[in-house]
Amino acid sequence: MHKEIRLTGSGGQGVILMGIILAEAAVEKGLQAIQSQSYGPEARGGASKCEVILSDQPIDFPKVLEPNILVALTQDGANKYAHGLGEDCLAIFDESVEVPENLGTKNVFSYPIIETARITLGKSIVSNIVTLGVFCELTDIYTREELLSAILQRVPKGSEVLNERAFDEGIKLVRRA
Amino acid sequence: MSKAVLMQGNWACVEGALYAGMRFYSGYPITPSTEIAELSAQKLPLYGGKFIQMEDEISGIAAAIGASISGTKSMTATSGPGFSLKQENIGYAAMTEVPLVIVNVMRVGPSTGLPTASSQADIMQARFGSHGDYPIIAVSPNSVTETFTLTVRAFNLAEKYRTPVMFLTDETIGHAREPIVLPKPGELPIYDRVQPADGEEYMPFRVEPGEIVPRMPAYGRGFRYNMSGLFHTETGFPSNSPENAQAQIDRMFAKIYDNVDDIVTYEEFELDDAELVFVTYGSTSRSVIPAIKSLRKQGYKVGMFRAITLWPSPAKQIEALAERVKHIVVAEMNRGQYLQEVARLVKGKVPVTHIGRANSEILLPSEIEALAKEVLS
Repeated sequence: MHKEIRLTGSGGQGVILMGIILAEAAVEKGLQAIQSQSYGPEARGGASKCEVILSDQPIDFPKVLEPNILVALTQDGANKYAHGLGEDCLAIFDESVEVPENLGTKNVFSYPIIETARITLGKSIVSNIVTLGVFCELTDIYTREELLSAILQRVPKGSEVLNERAFDEGIKLVRRA
Repeated sequence: MSKAVLMQGNWACVEGALYAGMRFYSGYPITPSTEIAELSAQKLPLYGGKFIQMEDEISGIAAAIGASISGTKSMTATSGPGFSLKQENIGYAAMTEVPLVIVNVMRVGPSTGLPTASSQADIMQARFGSHGDYPIIAVSPNSVTETFTLTVRAFNLAEKYRTPVMFLTDETIGHAREPIVLPKPGELPIYDRVQPADGEEYMPFRVEPGEIVPRMPAYGRGFRYNMSGLFHTETGFPSNSPENAQAQIDRMFAKIYDNVDDIVTYEEFELDDAELVFVTYGSTSRSVIPAIKSLRKQGYKVGMFRAITLWPSPAKQIEALAERVKHIVVAEMNRGQYLQEVARLVKGKVPVTHIGRANSEILLPSEIEALAKEVLS
């Protein structure tokens, strides 16, 4: 098992936290993992990229070379990273993102992730956790409980109920579609 | 066995420092080293230690030197621009032989450069950045786990050889999160500086028979002595004597270079029958290793020599490589810094090629593989 995951969005959307949670859940399962990030000098805004590699073998090169899974929550992130993907790459977009033409894969899913966070849950800040719900349901890497447990260990105290709801709303987005 | 936890490189540095006995941190935050200051601020009070954010990088190292003289294991951390500011006091710590760990989480320079991007371009500055002749120890990790163990070792070397030790990591390893199994107390050796016993007849800069460096009593224990950046005699007081200056600087160099076998560590990978050897260090080795694995599958005889101690350099080992391989390629995230040291040691016995850049993009295994094929063809 070797999965390379690239997550992109805007600074402040919690893209890096999303990657940390995926890596922590993997380590909890006894897998090898490495998480890295790239961002600009801004505190908020600007393109943000987070990469996670999961493997049952030791990981040498720390960065993603060819993603198996790509997530883009913003147009900026999609334009920068969502092209030339491998045929089998799973690409997950927020519905607001226009899917680039030269994507390279037909394995594409779009969901109203940000809208679900903002309207259904009333907090756009949980967009990243909704995304994790989508991720969990579309892949067979984690069970709901495994990923939820990693989420609940990372989110601020007092926000557990909201985040569990956000995670389940993400799962529902996939099941309803 | 304890369970692995996901930890960032910069956090592992702090955990390693605390394990080694760090009880004082002072510095000024700068990307990509800031997490070291943050975690030190959170954790040191829980260990009975102190954290101070100073007004700038210069006072950051100055306070750490002072704390170390008072007997407390101390650390400061920074990145390129701050490392430049610290240089004068690095010389002071070398001259006064103060144990200290200086972490540089390297980013792209010169000047403010690319603050959030990785490089390995402070290698020569770590060796020669302060004015005057002085020896230095510098080490460089290539993983989160090694960041922990090598930070412990950096403190041990600082204490054993009474010297500032440079811990040269970079944005790639400093910001990466990987699983680590934290060593239990007692699992790794911890070295504490030798202090004189109470009431002992004491001369501040005299080396006692069978010892490597002068004993160093903590300020406040009652031993009165002078610390000076001027050349000083055994008494600690300044002297203009050329004989004394020569004897003191010779002793400072000897304490490091007579103990190179104890100080220098390195990793060898697929070296036995290698015709082409990559000499590399730190995060770049993570690009070299997959290239070697791929090349080996295709029948190419390639290997890697990874310097873990950069200064003093693994001179004996690199000289020996030059006797038995056909090509050496230095791989590093700069335009050719350690290349100069490797070329100096190889003395033209075999061709030395360089692959590197510092534009924020780390070397890809495919580029390294392509270069190896070109060199070997």
